[in-house]
Formats: sequence, C-alpha cells, structure tokens
Amino acid sequence: MAEEWLGVEAAGSGGEEEGPEDGDRRHRQLLEAVSALSGRKRRKLAERSEASVQVSEFNVSSKGAGEKLVLSELLQPIRAQSALSSVKKQLSKVKQKKAVELPLSKEERERVVREAAYVKTSKDVGKWQPLVLQNRRAEQLVFPLKQEIAAVAPLERVVSAWKPRTPLEQEIFGLLHKTQQPVTDPLLTPQEKASLQAMSLEEAQRRRAELQKARVLQSYYEAKARREKKIKSKKYHRVLKKSKRRKALKEFELLQKSDPEAALAKLEELEQLRMEERMSLKHQNKGKWARSRAIMAKYDLEARKAMQEQLARNKELMQKVRVELPEEEPGDVPEEDLPPVTIPVSASRANPWMLGKPSDPAKEPEVQEAREDAAVPAAVESKEEEEEEEEVSEEEALLQEFEQKRHARQRRVGSPEQHGTDEMEAVPDPPGDSSVHPICDEEQPSAGMEPPPQAQEEILLSEQLHRVQTMEEVEALASKEPSEEQEKQPAAAGAEERAPRQEKGKAGARPAKKPTAKEKMIRLESVLSEKPQEIQCPSLPVVMEEEEGGIDQRGVISEAFAGDDVVADFHREKSKAEQDGKPQAVNLVLPGWGEWGGSGLKPSAKKIKRFLIKPPPAPPRKDQHLPHVILSEQRNIHAVAHQVSELPFPFEKHQQFEQSIRTPVGPTWNTQRAFQKLTAPRVITRAGHIIQPLSAEDLASAASGAKPVLETAPKQPPRCPQKRAR
Amino acid sequence: MRVKVLSRNPDDYVRETKLDLQRVPRNYDPVLHPFEVPREYTRALNATKLERVFAKPFLSSLDGHRDGVNCMAKHPKSLSTVLSGACDGEVRIWNLTKRQCIRTLQAHEGFVRGMCARFCGTSFFTVGDDKTVKQWKMESPAYGEEEEPIHTILGKTVYTGIDHHWKEAVFATCGQQVDIWDEQRTSPMCSFTWGFDSISSVKFNPIETYLLGSCASDRNIVLYDMRQSTPLKKVILNMRTNTLCWNPMEAFIFTAANEDYNLYTFDMRFLSSPVMVHMDHVSAVLDVDYSPTGKEFVSASFDKSVRIFPVDKGHSREVYHTKRMQHVITVKWTSDSKYILCGSDEMNIRLWKANASEKLGVLAPREKAAMNYNQKLKEKFQHHPQIKRIARHRHLPKSIFCQIKEQRIMREARRRKELNRRKHSKPGSVPVVPEKKKHIVAVVQ
Repeated sequence: MAEEWLGVEAAGSGGEEEGPEDGDRRHRQLLEAVSALSGRKRRKLAERSEASVQVSEFNVSSKGAGEKLVLSELLQPIRAQSALSSVKKQLSKVKQKKAVELPLSKEERERVVREAAYVKTSKDVGKWQPLVLQNRRAEQLVFPLKQEIAAVAPLERVVSAWKPRTPLEQEIFGLLHKTQQPVTDPLLTPQEKASLQAMSLEEAQRRRAELQKARVLQSYYEAKARREKKIKSKKYHRVLKKSKRRKALKEFELLQKSDPEAALAKLEELEQLRMEERMSLKHQNKGKWARSRAIMAKYDLEARKAMQEQLARNKELMQKVRVELPEEEPGDVPEEDLPPVTIPVSASRANPWMLGKPSDPAKEPEVQEAREDAAVPAAVESKEEEEEEEEVSEEEALLQEFEQKRHARQRRVGSPEQHGTDEMEAVPDPPGDSSVHPICDEEQPSAGMEPPPQAQEEILLSEQLHRVQTMEEVEALASKEPSEEQEKQPAAAGAEERAPRQEKGKAGARPAKKPTAKEKMIRLESVLSEKPQEIQCPSLPVVMEEEEGGIDQRGVISEAFAGDDVVADFHREKSKAEQDGKPQAVNLVLPGWGEWGGSGLKPSAKKIKRFLIKPPPAPPRKDQHLPHVILSEQRNIHAVAHQVSELPFPFEKHQQFEQSIRTPVGPTWNTQRAFQKLTAPRVITRAGHIIQPLSAEDLASAASGAKPVLETAPKQPPRCPQKRAR
Repeated sequence: MRVKVLSRNPDDYVRETKLDLQRVPRNYDPVLHPFEVPREYTRALNATKLERVFAKPFLSSLDGHRDGVNCMAKHPKSLSTVLSGACDGEVRIWNLTKRQCIRTLQAHEGFVRGMCARFCGTSFFTVGDDKTVKQWKMESPAYGEEEEPIHTILGKTVYTGIDHHWKEAVFATCGQQVDIWDEQRTSPMCSFTWGFDSISSVKFNPIETYLLGSCASDRNIVLYDMRQSTPLKKVILNMRTNTLCWNPMEAFIFTAANEDYNLYTFDMRFLSSPVMVHMDHVSAVLDVDYSPTGKEFVSASFDKSVRIFPVDKGHSREVYHTKRMQHVITVKWTSDSKYILCGSDEMNIRLWKANASEKLGVLAPREKAAMNYNQKLKEKFQHHPQIKRIARHRHLPKSIFCQIKEQRIMREARRRKELNRRKHSKPGSVPVVPEKKKHIVAVVQ
C-alpha cells in the first residue's frame, strides 16, 4: 500500500502541469480507484478547503503548501491498526472520568469543616466517659479529690526572713546571735563543740568506757529486777521477804553487839513510831485518800492493793515490839502472817533488847477459851517454830535453787510442788497426835486457797473466805451485806459444836470444817479487837448483786400484777374478736308491711323468716388452732398512714423494697464498724477547701488504675432475695 | 482446791480518764433488740422533723450596691472573696467571712455585663455597656494610687459576657460574635460567628479547657472548639437560652437555663435531646451554676426564687426565697460547695447555705455520726408517706404557689387535649413526643 501511495504521489506530482483543478480531480479519482482496488471502503480523509488558501488576495496560489512532503511523515512507523484507535482510547478514558464538580459554596464548606471538627471533639471528650461513670456509681466521693499537703516552710527560711523590729526583739536577737545558738542543727553551740574537742582522746575513751560500764550495769540490774518481778511464785516471794527480814535482824544484832546504844536508840525509834502511829491514825482508813481508795477499790485492783498495803503498814507500826512466849505464840498469828518486826524465839532469847512486855492475855481470848486443847496445838506450833528454824537455812538453799533453775532455763513448775512436799513432810514429822492432825490438815488447804502475803490482807480475806465457798454462800453473802453478822453466825454454831468436835477426833473432812470456821472466827475477833475501824471497801463483784436482783424478778412481777388475770382477759378478748368477725344477718323485715301495724305489734315469724337474710358462714379463722394468738385480718387503718402504698421507683419487686427496709442500720443492731460503713455519706466535702474541677491528671491516674483518684467501690446492685418456691 | 469466782476485769469497763467514753458492752443478739424497723422508722421520722425544724438556709445579705446586681464572679483561690457587678457600672469585692464590702470601683458606664476572675486570682476582667473590656487588679490600690484598670480594650460593639480560660492566659467575650483574646493583645485571636444574633453568654469548659459553649438570642446554643477555630454544632430550642454552665466533674455535660421556665442538661455528644429536663420554676430562668461536686446545680429565676436541682432529677430539691428578694439575676455556688450566693434586682447579694438544715462549724465525732445516721435513715424511709410528706414540705410565697398551680392545670389540659386528639384520629397520626424531645427544634451541623 505504501508503494501505491508513493506511486500515486509520484503520478500526482508528475501531472501537475495540466492545471490544478484537473489535477485535483484526477487525484481524487485515482484515490477512489485505489480504494476500490483494496476492496473495502475507506473513510474519506477530512478535507479542508479554505478560500483564503486557495484564493489569495495577492493572486498567489498557495495550493501546494498542503501537498508538501515532510520527511518525518515518511519515517512514521507502520501500524497494524487504524490510526483512530488512539483517539478512541482517549475518548473512552474521558468517558470514564467524572467531571470535576463545581467548588462548594462557602456555607456548605463550613458545614463540612464543622461536622468533622464536631466528630473529632466529641470523640476526644468521650475519653472522660469511664471516669464519669465511675464517679457516678461511686459509693463515696471525698472532695477535694486531690488532698493538698500543707507545705511547711523550713525553719531557717522563716528565721532569715524575719527581722527584729522592737527593741526587745532586737535585744533577744542579739543575745541569740552572740551565743551563736544554732538554728538548723540545734544540738550543740560552737562553744560546746569546742569544749568537746578540747578533751583529750584517752580521757574521752576512759569516760566513754566508764559510761558504757555504768550503762551496762544498770541494764543488767534492770533486767534482773524485771525478771524477779515477773516471778509469780508466792512461795518464792515469801521466802525472799523472810530472808530480807532475817538479814535486817542480823544487822540489828550486829549493831547491838557492836554498838548497843545505837541499837537501843533504834528500838526507841521503833517505839516512838508506834506511839505516833497510835496517836495519829495516819494509816487508817479515815483519811481523804483512804476513803477515795475505798470507793475505787470496788473496781480497781490496784486501789485495793494500795489500801491493803496501807493497812498493813498501820498494823506493822502498831505492833508492839515484844518477845512472845512459846506457849502463847501459836494462837496469835499464822506463820506466814508474821509481821516483819516479830522475832523468832531463838533470836529473842539472845536479844535482851527485844524483851518487851508480854502481850496481855485479854488480847487472845481464844487462848483462854480453848484452854483445854490449847496445849496440843501449842506443842505443834512450837514444833513448827523449830521447823522454821530449819527452814531458815532451807530458804537460803531455796533461793539458790531458784536462781539455779532460772539459769538452767527450767520450768519453775517443779519448785512449788517440791516446796509443798517439803512442808507436808514437815507437818507429820512430830509423832502424830490424833486430835492435832485434822486441824493441821484443815489449815493447809485454807492457806493454799488464799495465800495472803501480808497480815493486813486478812481483813479483805474475811470477805474473800466466804466468796470462795459455794455459790449459795456467795448469794447469801450478797443478800446480807454486813460481814460481821455473817461471821458471828458460824461463830455461834461453831461454839456449840466445839465439844462434839473434840470427841469426834479423827472424823472425816466434813465435820472437821466447822471447827476451822470457828478458829477463823476467833482469829477474826482478835483482829477486830486490835483494829479500831472496819474497812468499808466492797470487794464483791457487781454481777452478783444483779444476779440476786434477777432471781427476785419473778416474785416482783407476780406481786406487781397480783390483781390482773391476764390470761382470762386474753381469752375474753379473743372470743369477742371471733364474735365480731362473724358475718351478721341482714334484717330486711319491714313491720307493718302487708299486715296490721301499730304499737306493740310484732312482725310475724313467717315474715321474719322470709326477710332475715343469713349470710354464708365465714371462712375458718386462721387462729382457731392457735390458743395464744389473735390474728386479725382486718387492715389496720392507723398503720396505713405510715405504710407505703405503691412500690417506689428504683425497686422492681416488693421483696427488694422490703429487704431494704428490713435491714437495720443503727448502732443498736450493728457493730460500730458496720454502723460506720452503713452510714457513710455519699459525698464528703470539707469546709474551707476549694474543690477544683477534674483535670487531666485525674484521668491519667484513673486510666492507669494504679491509684484511683476517688475512693470508689462499685455499687452493689440491690440484692433481690430468692423467691421461695411454693 | 480452786474455786472459780465470778469476776470481771476492770480493764473491760473502767475508763482510763474521765474524758474517755464509758465503755458499754453490747449484745447484738437480734432477739434482745426487737422491733428494729418500727424503731428506726420513728427515728427517721424524728430526724425528718428535725431537719425541717432546723432548715434555716438564709445566712446574710450583702448590701451596698446602688443598682441591681447584674453579675458575680468567684475568686478562684480565696473562698471568702466574691466579686459583683451592678447595673450602674459599679464593681464591688466582698469579704464573706466579715460580710463586708472591701473594695468598690466604678468599672463602666452603664451595666457591668459580665465579669470573671483570672485563674490565678490576681486580677479580674469586666465587660460593660461602654464597649470596653477592662482588666483590674484583685488587690486594692495602695494609698495614693488611683483606681485604674491594668488594661482596657475598646471594642466596636457591646460585649455581653466574658469568661476566662481555666488554665491559660486567654479569655473569651461574646456580643455580636464570640471572640477569643490573648491577654497580651488588644485584638482577638479569633472570632467565631454563626448567624447574626447577639450572643448572651459564653462559658469555657473547666475540664476540656479548649471547649466553649455560648447561647444566643436566636434560641440556639452553640459549641466551639478553640483549637479548631470553628463552631462545632448548634442546637435550637423552643425559646431562648439565657446562660449555660458546664459540669465541673463531667466534661461533656452542661446545663442551659431557658426562658421557657426549664433547665436542660445536655450531653454535648448527643445534642438531639437533653439528658434531663429540669422543671419547677414558674418564670424565665436567668442564671445557673454548678456545685463544684458536680452533683447539683443552682438556678436563679425571674420568679424571685432560687432552686437547687440534683443533676439527675427532673425536679428541684430545694427552693429559697425571701419576702424582699426580687428577680434573681445571678447566682453562684461557692467553691467549697457549702454556700450559695445570689444577686438580685433589689441590689442585694444573699448568702445561703447549700444544705438548708446543715449545722455550720466544727462537729464533734458523735454529732457527725448522728448526722450521718439520720441522713441514712431519711434516705432509707424516704418513700414512706409521712416522712415523704414532711421532707417535701416547703413554704412558697403565694404568687409562686398560684403560678405553679395554674401551670399544672395548663399542662394537664394540654396533655388531655393531646390524648383526646390521639384517641380520635388515625392511629399513628398523632405521635407521642417524649418530654425531652418536645423542646428541641433542630440540631444544626
């Protein structure tokens, strides 16, 4: 085809001379022919026919301009497809592309921007949602949320900022500065420091060592004292006390040997003290302090103890310094109740200074009273005295033993037992007098029950003695408060039984009890005769009084309601309620209707029968099988005013509401802790504290969950009780 | 033989000093304490009665202004200081503990339209009818110094409100448009316009501090974002909103005081309907302020009363009024959430307790425990008719009482009419519109 094209062109160029029109036509014809040759219809090439090109105003034809062959045209690639395909492609592309819309109006543009901004901002604000919900649900909120810690300005700053103004202040300031009183480290002034530095090293070391030693010694001593104080064994203490006493006595003896005058003076002093005591009543229970103690003694163990101590002191001071005859001594005081000044026989013999006047026989009536059997116990007691002499050495050993035991870190349980066995061995030691034995036996347990460390405790003991016995006695004691009367009763009984006891001799424990009671009575009397005043301190627990009141309660009630027959009243009330509950018959009888009327006329029986409408019988009462109960099924109109008529809003079932009402919150029904928890307020604010709004830190801390901003606990949903299946 | 003796340890029942409380051993066996519900009910009843007896909320009135009090501002750092601006352009600073005016200054000619304190409490801003914004020092001038503002900005139009940013040196004014100002400059950083009506109030969000809300007299509430420099959304209500206040504990909640006697609490994320409609006032609500705890707010109304609403309740829990109090224009809840201040037309500022029956001053622990217990009891038995009746009882002046009654009748009539219309027309043609939706006209993007 290209050859054809070339050929045609060549032919065209060759036939140019025949004239342009003719040539043109021919050329077209030729083209048509060629196209007919190829067999398919060719599209006509667009043809431009411009007048100005063809007809020039200068009569210069320009028709050859279009025909010029350009080399680049010849170089065009040979394509298989038609030349229009690219155009087609472009067209389709254009069709696919949408048209660019018109720019939006200002309003619309703004709206779009606003919408986007709103979405963004509301999303941003949404981050607070969890914290807000948490706060809304919180059981308790404490505002302000962030507790500010009050900053304390350091002292130096305050001091440096402050300037003295008044002359007084200036003077004080000057003084302070002169001595260079330290402000920041208020331990040492420069002078003190200098003096410290002045001390030589050896001296300082020596001093330090001394101080250390003193301290250590003191601590040892303290530890020892503490340890000894902790020892509970009464035996130990008794022994300790005795050893002390003995030591004092020895010293006294030594003194009397070395310096008899001084010893005498000491004795005189004792006598003087006794006289003063007898004169002054200083240590008796008359003073203000003693009376206050007596009141407190009921509740306070220490007050009681202090009081006893005082009384013991009184007794001790009042004790006459004397030497007892061995026959008279036993009745006087039991062994453990020896006042510190009493002196053992052996010592008194060796001690001419101790030979005072013998105690007057009137003081011990018991001795005369029991003259017949006095010899026997006296003998026993004298034996015991001897025993005691032995015990003196024993005690030393015992104390040693205690020490050893402690060092060995053994339990002290063994030692009192051992002690007890020692004594038990000591008691039956004398060849058994049959009548004596029970007495001793009887005395042992009583001593075991109330071991009084001091003589004065006997006074309280008299009350305690009865307390330790049976419950009935406690009650009896509580009912009759004066203790003396009580003691006289068994005393009288004891006096009567005195003789039979002797005959019974080795009777069992039960009959032997009364003689002991009597003996106690006798001792008490002796004590009472010695003592001018009786202590008023009640030692009985309050509980017992209450108990006593509780027992009488029934009697009191029955007395108070003597006239009322409550049960009969109740039955009456119930029958009335039953009657009232029965449905009433409706009387529709109209007298005079359909028959003769007038005064004194009654409606006929037939009519009555016809118009008296009987209601159906009432359903059985719910309380018919409950004799003690009246169940009223009527609504109490007085209570209605206080009752909730409809279920309030947050509750879904009436059980929930009832449950919420049923649980009490008051301190009457709850422990203090539970009460506080139950009544904790929802919102706590503090007066004078500015509450700042939430801030980003709150959110951060709430999100981290490490330390919640608010003290929150998820609110528990209202517990709905399980509905019971019927 | 050892006999056990009934005895008690004195430590269990003897107190160490006479100042100690007596130790009372208690047995909590319920059998020993019967009738717990009736007993607690009686206590609750008594507590409720006492609460009413001791409900004396009015503390004092601060007088000194020579015209109606138009605006107030709290001091951000000092609880005892409050600022007030009057209709004659006078600004007064009050000391609440002394109940005295401590400073007076003539700030503007004409009304003081709005005022706010700077977040640090060193200065405050006022806007007035004389088209100026003035910044003043909080401290009174030293002797011999003249009372002069730190800065004065002359504007082209009247500013009707002002609010300060909670953390930055930025404040916003409103008037023809909402302007955001830098404190250091005399021209606004940016201005927001949307519509052409005058804007009556603008408020910064205290939590998300870049958020603003404003209300205009063409009945709309508009939200702005300072960072986006564009308004966010607009909601149009039935009637004009006078003021709005953001909840200081819930970033997206705000309450609008409306002319239609109601207050609307909105969640800014869902503006199509309010979270809650608070109705009790009988005239236009002029101002609203949140309690700093975010649980309640107080509203001032043209009906000469102040009401306290819980945020989640549709009705008020308290109404305050006095004989002499006229239209209440402005109200503030103090930052310790204990007191309420209201400024009214008749030139007085009144100080109220936020909790009418609260005992002021330091409470002994036992008193506090008793108070908590009583509170709990009241809460527990609040649904019982007698207690409810006593607890709800409030005295109202006759005018308000009658208006309430009248409005109740009107509302009932409207409701009945709607019911009847619904009954007599094709089903579905008269839709049920919930109360919350009724007052919203449109939400504009």
